[in-house]
Amino acid sequence: MEETLIEEGGDVNREIEVAPALISVHPLEKSVAVAIGSQLRVYDLQGDCNVNLVDDSGGNLHSGSIRAICYGSKGRLFSSAGDDKLVKIWSTDSWHCTRTVCSEKRVSAVAISPDGLFVSYADKFGVVWVVALDGTSSEANDKAAPLFAHYCSIITSLEFAPDGRFIVSADRDFKIRVTVFPNKPISGAHEIQSFCLGHTEFVSCMAFVSTPEYPQGFLLSGSGDSTVRLWDVTSGSLLDTCEVAAEAGLLESNEKEDMFSPAVTDICASPDGSVVAVAIQRQVPQHFLLPLCVITNKVVSMGEIFIPTSLGLSSSPEHLWMITGASNLPALDDPSFARVRVISGLLKESPDSGQDDPILLEDSKIPGGERLLEKLQGSVSIVKEEQTLAAAAEAVKTAMCNLLIKRQYSSEKRELRKRSRNDRKQKQ
Amino acid sequence: MSEKKKGNPKSNKSTGLPRKRFYRARAHSNPLSDSHFPVPIAPSQVDYSLHYPHFFPSDETCNENCNSTINPEASILKPHSKKIQFADIGCGFGGLLISLSTLFPETLMIGMEIRDKVTEYVKERILALREANPGQYQNVSVVRTNSMKYIPNFFEKAQLSKMFFLFPDPHFKEKNHRRRVISPHLLDEYAYTLEVGGIIYTITDVEELGEWMKDCLEGHPLFEAIPEKELDSDPVVKLLSSATEEGQKVARNGGQTYLAVYRRIAISGTENGE
Ligand SMILES: C[S@@+](CC[C@H](N)C(=O)[O-])C[C@H]1O[C@@H](n2cnc3c(N)ncnc32)[C@H](O)[C@@H]1O
Repeated sequence: MEETLIEEGGDVNREIEVAPALISVHPLEKSVAVAIGSQLRVYDLQGDCNVNLVDDSGGNLHSGSIRAICYGSKGRLFSSAGDDKLVKIWSTDSWHCTRTVCSEKRVSAVAISPDGLFVSYADKFGVVWVVALDGTSSEANDKAAPLFAHYCSIITSLEFAPDGRFIVSADRDFKIRVTVFPNKPISGAHEIQSFCLGHTEFVSCMAFVSTPEYPQGFLLSGSGDSTVRLWDVTSGSLLDTCEVAAEAGLLESNEKEDMFSPAVTDICASPDGSVVAVAIQRQVPQHFLLPLCVITNKVVSMGEIFIPTSLGLSSSPEHLWMITGASNLPALDDPSFARVRVISGLLKESPDSGQDDPILLEDSKIPGGERLLEKLQGSVSIVKEEQTLAAAAEAVKTAMCNLLIKRQYSSEKRELRKRSRNDRKQKQ
Repeated sequence: MSEKKKGNPKSNKSTGLPRKRFYRARAHSNPLSDSHFPVPIAPSQVDYSLHYPHFFPSDETCNENCNSTINPEASILKPHSKKIQFADIGCGFGGLLISLSTLFPETLMIGMEIRDKVTEYVKERILALREANPGQYQNVSVVRTNSMKYIPNFFEKAQLSKMFFLFPDPHFKEKNHRRRVISPHLLDEYAYTLEVGGIIYTITDVEELGEWMKDCLEGHPLFEAIPEKELDSDPVVKLLSSATEEGQKVARNGGQTYLAVYRRIAISGTENGE
């Protein structure tokens, strides 16, 4: 009678494992990492060369789709995790994998504590785990300990507050939970500081910003409800709501409103909040996607079919890195497709500096140039034909939907069931 | 809730109370499935005027004489002057709430129940009692929801002073333990919802589940057992085994019950990250 959508960890109903491509930028823009399917690709911007990943932890490289990647806030550590239930921790000096942690379930989100001492990850049952990184890799250390859980909702995003006091988790049930990160996390995190409640659809992404006056930081969250919200995590109060579609000028035309509530799929912010970038999915009638990026009230239309699946920004946010793509695309010759683009000129230097609008860089102008593209995309001369991009766009949409809005396509069934239910008929 | 009940065919003619057999439902619901009932976005959005019209007359009724336009959101967005303090989780047919209602007539309380028909039954029961006893039972209500997912949507931090878990479904199989309403992870949420000093009451006739609930509470840093002596003087404790339908059934069959009553305590200095 009732549906058992996430009964066995959210894997029911899944067709092909189309995984969106991910991008992450070193906080000092020393390197850029891309995950596409099970492949992790890293380009060293400082040395202007490809990075060869070496796995010291005795394990294999990832064998399933990577679902989450992140740098630590100091850039010393990097972590990757996903469907193969492996959480890998990399040292970014040498790009050696120093630790592989086996999760019981697939991993949906990962975060590194600001002090670099803990890695935390969320599994498909909604359980958040913690691994201590301090030196000695003893038996006890090697295993992750459960920290807390969202009750059977898939966690989409995990973030530490900049001062390390809280760990924040967002899920597909519109919920953001702020948990006190304890001194001894191995024995669990039991004190909930607040819930940030206000989103009316799945929460897809979060980012912290902080100012010198407010070092504990503010939280930004993006959602399928087409808003970005600003929160005070200490109290859980909603400080501001940005209707992204309206902000991006999408609502001007008088079309039907529900056509114009594009999901927010990713958000990234410079630590001081001077730049906030949001990726949204705009859906128009033919299930076609028009991508847009909103950057602190500046809308950069990508001018082509480019739906960023992931965004990356360094601490001094000179460049906004974007990727679109997915693995296991059924319609394409190359089943893995990735396209990297970079926007520069995000920081307004001074009001009279002339240059005011962010610009989309040509391939040859991006940091690392074509060498980087060859590494991160897998090839330079990436498909230019509309058709391929359109097919990819469609697949990427499917991938995002699978990840985030699974419940949507049960709504018709739900209506049907409601109408045919007996207990309703007794009323009146 | 708002329907005026006149001659409900499902009610008993002489007492006006709804008859249980018209509200029979499946024995168990799967709390893990995504269910389809409205969920308040946040505690501030819970419409108290629907649940407790006596305490929260809706704007419509108080503005009847003046012809001002009514903002339907106004009553919802206004901070609640009085808040729900007791929650009966998995309240079943509502026996406990009915007893508590007269014992604490000024305290707002709510039952949370996942089964549709059972919830309907409790609603009718409360409406009938309100009608038969003017001025009474105004402080009790029920809502259909999955308590395992949505408690933070209904209650703010430290809002509740009592939470009840009476004869919860046992979910015997090991792999189904995560469906139990008392679990180490869910206790974090209950601790969040309870004020310091607030009390969590659990009772079951299933020995294994009794052990489990006790172990979970015992192992949680934010709960401590309440000494026997104190329990003896708590009038609520007596209701645990006698007031609910399940409790009465167990008593009729002479079954044993296992009680675990714990107090929410403040976090100790060494636990938190300060
Ligand atoms: C065995 S009955 C006990 C009812 C009542 N407390 C009594 O003592 O008579 C357990 C009740 O919990 C309800 N329940 C189970 N899981 C629930 C959930 N996740 N949220 C709300 N109610 C739930 C069931 O529908 C059932 O009515």
